[in-house]
Amino acid sequence: MSIRLAVAAALCALALFPLAGRDYYATLMLPFFGYGIALLGLNLLFGTTGLLSFGHALFLALGAYTAAFLTSKLGVLDLEVILAAAAVTGALVAVPTGLLCVRYVRIYFGMLTLAFGMLFYSFLLKFYAVTGGDEGMRVLRPRLLGLAWAPLGKVEFLTGPFYYYSLALLVVGAVVMWRIVRSPFGLGLRAIRENAGKAEFTGVDVRRYRFCAFVVAAVFGAVGGALLAVPTGLADPLLAYWTHSGNLVFMLLLGGFGNFFGPVLGAFVFIVLQDQVMSVTQYWRFVFGAILAVVVIFFPQGLMGLLDPRQRAGT
Amino acid sequence: MLGGVFHAAVLFLVAAGLQLVFGVQKILNLACGSFYALGAYAGVSAVSFTLAAGAPPAVFPAVLVGAGLALALVGPVVERLLRTIYDRDESFQLLLTFALVLMFEDVIRFVWGSAPHQLGNVYLVYGQLRVGGLVIPVYNLVVIAAAGVIAALMGGMLTRTRFGRIVRATAENRRMAEALGVDVSRVYVRVFTLGVALGTVGGALVIPATAAVNEMGIDLIVEAFAVVVIGGLGSMRGAVAGALIVGIMRAVAVATYPEVEMLAIYVVVIAVLVLRPAGLFAKAAA
Repeated sequence: MSIRLAVAAALCALALFPLAGRDYYATLMLPFFGYGIALLGLNLLFGTTGLLSFGHALFLALGAYTAAFLTSKLGVLDLEVILAAAAVTGALVAVPTGLLCVRYVRIYFGMLTLAFGMLFYSFLLKFYAVTGGDEGMRVLRPRLLGLAWAPLGKVEFLTGPFYYYSLALLVVGAVVMWRIVRSPFGLGLRAIRENAGKAEFTGVDVRRYRFCAFVVAAVFGAVGGALLAVPTGLADPLLAYWTHSGNLVFMLLLGGFGNFFGPVLGAFVFIVLQDQVMSVTQYWRFVFGAILAVVVIFFPQGLMGLLDPRQRAGT
Repeated sequence: MLGGVFHAAVLFLVAAGLQLVFGVQKILNLACGSFYALGAYAGVSAVSFTLAAGAPPAVFPAVLVGAGLALALVGPVVERLLRTIYDRDESFQLLLTFALVLMFEDVIRFVWGSAPHQLGNVYLVYGQLRVGGLVIPVYNLVVIAAAGVIAALMGGMLTRTRFGRIVRATAENRRMAEALGVDVSRVYVRVFTLGVALGTVGGALVIPATAAVNEMGIDLIVEAFAVVVIGGLGSMRGAVAGALIVGIMRAVAVATYPEVEMLAIYVVVIAVLVLRPAGLFAKAAA
């Protein structure tokens, strides 16, 4: 009950946020929406199914490059089309990689996803003619709902229509994911996490369930990645680098992977914290590494674990 | 080709550290690349220092190895941190080492700054050998020989000495070893420190040939990973074979078709993981 109130309050705060007139903070929130969507997907893999991917950044990069390719090479500017294309591309890539990855669990799954991520990274980096190499590709300003919003300047566009578009998308993503997690399919995934052998016995097709979770996570990742690339206006290979995947898992853990809203909270805290720490010291990695170490050692349930006493007792 | 073997020699050292720690402690240590970078920077400092003191160039390898070994002192400290989560899920162990990667990167940036560090002409002090039409920097041979010696020493230690037997027993069955009177936590500290030392020495040795840059650690991790996967997790012979495969493949790719340099390696990694997940050399000894 209190969770529902908190979510409602958070939504109101986010909706009112740009009206406060602090454009800096409103633009700061933009990557949060993209990451939030991507992490909802990643948590389906890790939190629900128990598979730790160290190459999920692959799909974010895929979404970002889809956006870049469509806007700057093909002249497609409708964000709806871009997001749909990103989702389809994500799924298309996830099918072959997923088929291979879900044959393994635990550390081998992590290593295989890492290898795929780095494969894509080196492809982006080395095939200059297609991907622009280390300079990346530009992502042009998209049209939202068929409108160009031409009279608005860049910041006005981003903190205005695009902000609410992203927020709405995050809400839609969360609702969809909520339905997935609560469906028989989601329950099957949880059974797999708890005990794959028993799940198999009760009639859950373990490998197919894992595969489906992988594809869904990839689609969320690609959509989140496409959304991320719009405010930065750039898709660059570092999006696929393994440390980016590490950061995604970091956000997940920070928020708490055992809770549905944990990943979204993690993305939020990560982004705000990064902004704050970076303005204080250039050695933000050290601070973040220390935070991650503390979270891993002392609070494996993340922030949500701290906030929700039920969960603390339960696990 | 020989450049490939040189690269392989360094990769072997780092990968051997990774293997040792994984074989015994079952932790996949992402921070092994950070130790490599740490060793490299320390190597630069140590050599510049001895150069300023007017020492002859012949002592450099010794100085570098010494710097690497001295840095291994961080091993027990890091191990103490890791010890808190030995009984946890391996995802958490992986993440803790990722936290270490982030922290070490900034430690290096803090101490040595973000500009690349390079040792001027130390590399060529040893001269070059001409074999047929090939020009081979002698330093490369020194490093390859050093890696060979270290590999032989490691092999000897693991198979012939008492400590090696204990390490292998612990890797095989930790509880049984403990029941037989092995102080496992002490073995862990030593093994981890040894793993760190392999990484730092590897980093220190590479430094006359290349510049030390901030990203060298995180770049090398994925290569060392590739080595370990190709060779088989936890196998020392696998580390040798994997390092040679990756090093030579890279050299060949750079010479013939540079676009696929790293791409080819990951393709091999994926192929190995899919076809023979245990690696080409299934677990022999720790």
